Amino acid sequence: MSATITPQKPSNPIANTLTSGQLPRRIELYVLLGALALSAVLLLLIGFNIAGWLVLAAVIYLIALGILSSVVETRRKATDRVVRGLVTVAFLLALAPLISTLYTVFSKGIGVINWNFITQTSASVFNPDTLEVTTQVGAWQAIVGTLIITGIAALISIPIGILTAIYLVEYAQPKQWLARTVTFLVDVMTGIPSIVAGLFAFSLFSIIVGPKAFSGFSASVALSVLMIPIVVRSCEEMLRLVPMDLREASFALGVSRFSTITKIVLPTAIAGIVTGVMLAIARVIGETAPIFMAASFTDNFNSNPFDGPMQTLPVMAYTGYKFPGQDIAASNDSAWGAALLLVFLVVILNLIARVVAKVFAPKGSR
Amino acid sequence: MSENTAVKSAKNANETTATGAASASTPGSAPTGGSRKVRAKSRPADRIFFGLSVGSAISIMVILAGVALFLIIQAVPAIVADWPSNGDLNEGPTAGFANFWSYVGPLIWGTLFASAIALVIGAPIAIGIALFISHYAPRRLAGALGYLVDLLAAVPSIVFGLWGIIVIRPFLLPLSDWLNTYLGWIPLFGGTVSTTGSTILAGGVVLAVMILPIITSISREIFLQTPRLHEEAALALGATKWEMIKLAVFPYGRSGVISATLLGLGRALGETMAIALIISPAILVSVRMLTEGENSQTIAANIALNFPIATTLQREALIGTGLLLFVISLAVNMLARVIAGRAGASANRKRKAMLAQLPPSDPSTVLAVDDVLAKRHAAEDVERSEEASVEQTESEIDEEKRKGTDA
Repeated sequence: MSATITPQKPSNPIANTLTSGQLPRRIELYVLLGALALSAVLLLLIGFNIAGWLVLAAVIYLIALGILSSVVETRRKATDRVVRGLVTVAFLLALAPLISTLYTVFSKGIGVINWNFITQTSASVFNPDTLEVTTQVGAWQAIVGTLIITGIAALISIPIGILTAIYLVEYAQPKQWLARTVTFLVDVMTGIPSIVAGLFAFSLFSIIVGPKAFSGFSASVALSVLMIPIVVRSCEEMLRLVPMDLREASFALGVSRFSTITKIVLPTAIAGIVTGVMLAIARVIGETAPIFMAASFTDNFNSNPFDGPMQTLPVMAYTGYKFPGQDIAASNDSAWGAALLLVFLVVILNLIARVVAKVFAPKGSR
Repeated sequence: MSENTAVKSAKNANETTATGAASASTPGSAPTGGSRKVRAKSRPADRIFFGLSVGSAISIMVILAGVALFLIIQAVPAIVADWPSNGDLNEGPTAGFANFWSYVGPLIWGTLFASAIALVIGAPIAIGIALFISHYAPRRLAGALGYLVDLLAAVPSIVFGLWGIIVIRPFLLPLSDWLNTYLGWIPLFGGTVSTTGSTILAGGVVLAVMILPIITSISREIFLQTPRLHEEAALALGATKWEMIKLAVFPYGRSGVISATLLGLGRALGETMAIALIISPAILVSVRMLTEGENSQTIAANIALNFPIATTLQREALIGTGLLLFVISLAVNMLARVIAGRAGASANRKRKAMLAQLPPSDPSTVLAVDDVLAKRHAAEDVERSEEASVEQTESEIDEEKRKGTDA
């Protein structure tokens, strides 16, 4: 742009930014295909791998689109197109670990999982006929431990969580100091590192019971510390979704607050609450560090949560890699098997949550 | 018939409570001057339930205080002990340190360093994803795409750790070599490159993946709350989409995104398994990211690795480091809340369109809300379009009427 204002007529017609200098509509697709092809050719020269191909293609795509757009269109449009590309790449970049993780767990774990792996406990078996000691790989002790520990944690956290949410939504005035403090603390509590929860449970029980106080119940307490804030926050959101009209209608009929909550508010919100609780369980069932601190690990079957170490799936996966037995490969394999079982559990809980949210949604809200 | 206390005057309500089964000593129902408070009848069940819910709320405070208290009780012996002369502390994992602080110092550095790597890699990507979902993705797909990212949060951390061992370590090896060869003069990439890939860089990359969903879900909610009129004003002035985002979306969501990033930092600080499984650590202050033996250990991973083999006093030292981790992450979390809260407060004062409160920070809560709202949103959309059509017909009718009166 020249600074001088020339009075005479411009030699070429005034550019209309809306119609002139636009790239064709499908240009992004063309450039993408071109970039993929170019990067494939380049990489075939030095050695092909999928990750490198995609990364290089993305870089070529962004640069080519930027140059093309700034030559044909304006710089502003070029920036816009490049940012759109960058943002899309960021999203695809996030999908890569998700797919890669699930694929890795499935491909590594599916070979390990069979009926015996699920129903047997890990042990060394001595065969008197052949005089051989074979290690038997199994996850039954870990499955039972996971279910017991998570179950007790849920029993502790769900009542406390729901009641706290009821207090915050139904009873407390927003400006009340108790309500504000509790809201703040619940938010802060969601940020407690999981390992600190484990250390807390260990400290608590080693003061009460004495040193070496590893037990499943202790791990449940650690998990509750992590689970309560999640349950509170989810239930709070769900209770706030219940329309105020319903409560007011109930109060207007002279129904007490208790009856309003139990007969009107909770039934309306129950689908959401169950969904939130399921997802909270799914969230803590995969916690490793707190259970590892509080319940330690073992290969023995132990179904008594109040005495002795207890094995769980995530801890089994961790110890299989970090503290392997004599047969390192077998330990690693069982770690993958445990990880896959854990993923199955989480997926099942997530599915239940979705189904509950869909099927038991409040009838009034269409 | 005692249910029939409906809405009467305060006096009547008091009378019925007095005659009813409940003892009339509820403080709220005492006649207060001229204020005509209307209250539902208070019954024992009511008060028990109120007591229970207040008790639960208070138990939250008790739990948090308990965590701090028990950690302090257990940690004090190791913190005040004289480390070089103490036989228990002078061997095993805690050997060779002058006191507790010289032991925990490098660990704090390692924790901060690993989280910083995760944040540098993860935060821009997370904010990009949030933008993609809120402003770039096709409207119909946005919900499903957001769900995919939230699913990342559902994957247990141990699975990410194992994935890091198998996939990320070898994946980063060529990159590490390249960085060391060409950028080795920068201290970050200096030293001898690890051949196994058990570096703090690999740990940081896995941490970055793990903090993506938390930053994304909060930022996404905040970007979606941008006032529609701001966006449309920017577009009407001829801004491109990116310029609109710079003009309208970012200024509105700045404090919220900063808070989200801090919450992501908090998550990264406390993450144990990824680091414990992947890096081969040393307790020292080092900025090198690509070496085998010069990776600064983090607090959480150090506890996880040494806890099973530690003696009682060593365990107390580890609990002491955990106490510091607790304090640090608590501070980061509080800072995040305060930043969001202050922005909300000042917005209230100035009556400016600003973020009032941070959306729920735990991805599982976000997932739950999404699950429940998915159906409702669809219903609302239908409602809105119906309303729009009704309005249209009404305005048409109005116009016709006007025409009629004109004629």
